Amino acid sequence: MGEALLEIQNLSKTYAKKTIALDHVDLTVGRGRIVGLLGPNGSGKTTLIKIINGLLQPSEGTVLIDGSAPSVTTKSFISYLPERTYLSPELKIKDMFYMFADFYADFSMTAAEQMLQGLQIDPEAVIKSLSKGTREKVQLILVMSRQAKLYVLDEPIAGVDPAARDYILKTILNNYNPEASIILSTHLISDVENILDDIIFIKYGKIVLQSSVDNIRAIHNESVDAYFREVFSC
Amino acid sequence: MPWILDNNLPIYTQVLERIEIRIISGEYKPGDKLPSVRELASEAGVNPNTMQKACTELERIGLVITQRTNGRSVTTDEELIRSCKDRLIRNRMQDFVIHMQALGCGKETVITLLQQEWEEN
Repeated sequence: MGEALLEIQNLSKTYAKKTIALDHVDLTVGRGRIVGLLGPNGSGKTTLIKIINGLLQPSEGTVLIDGSAPSVTTKSFISYLPERTYLSPELKIKDMFYMFADFYADFSMTAAEQMLQGLQIDPEAVIKSLSKGTREKVQLILVMSRQAKLYVLDEPIAGVDPAARDYILKTILNNYNPEASIILSTHLISDVENILDDIIFIKYGKIVLQSSVDNIRAIHNESVDAYFREVFSC
Repeated sequence: MPWILDNNLPIYTQVLERIEIRIISGEYKPGDKLPSVRELASEAGVNPNTMQKACTELERIGLVITQRTNGRSVTTDEELIRSCKDRLIRNRMQDFVIHMQALGCGKETVITLLQQEWEEN
């Protein structure tokens, strides 16, 4: 199992023949890595994530996840948190759990129930009665309760309070499996940089830097957050 | 609560020093079993790979010993622990002296103030 988990070659995506969202991206992510995908708004993060998940077709280039192109097969081992939640408003949380258990063979009901309890959320609550932040937490619990090979999280902590953020990051660490990798996009760099192995800076659809967090700190004597502000200063 | 770490320094070196201090201070005693990498990473709120790297370095220094079937434990070589303690104390002293010199504080004043401060704490 020495080969990379995610391999992207020469990937481009153009919208309506003029907007270039991704511009010849090459990217490799190994196994057991936690990778932060960082870039300003409109830099191509979500486009990249959607292509990995097979929701968008690339204009050019290839994506391989554990050796397969995005397909039904890869969906069975990629756990994806989209930027917007898709929970059914009329259902109870526990019904969403059952639905996930039906959809995904790798869903662990025990893990989901534990996390729900940890965040003190009532499984009998109806989705539409929940606050925006709580809905995001429930969505993340669903995604992190799968025993996937690759977790792709688009802005996983944006809408939740700092205390819950700590809990969520801890949950990510506790569910960490040495064979699985996590790619997460976020603007809240300082909150996540302690748990990241590597960071990827993306700008105008191009990857401008791929490095380890400690490398950046050792070379520049500053946090990734501070370095990001420097690289992307407006 | 995750460990409070300095944002401007590499995480790995800080995590390494934290565990060193636990050993030097006797919080982890010679021969004690060390918590697993996963437990330590979760407590610190850092990436398990980073914690793994720190533990590997502790092994290289000799402060920590790996038993094939029984995880990691603190060395029983108390001489080694003492020399690590000396090294860390000297490093801190150096920093302290540099800071005091930067403030334009002379040796005699530092010693007097240090004595006062020591009594008060």
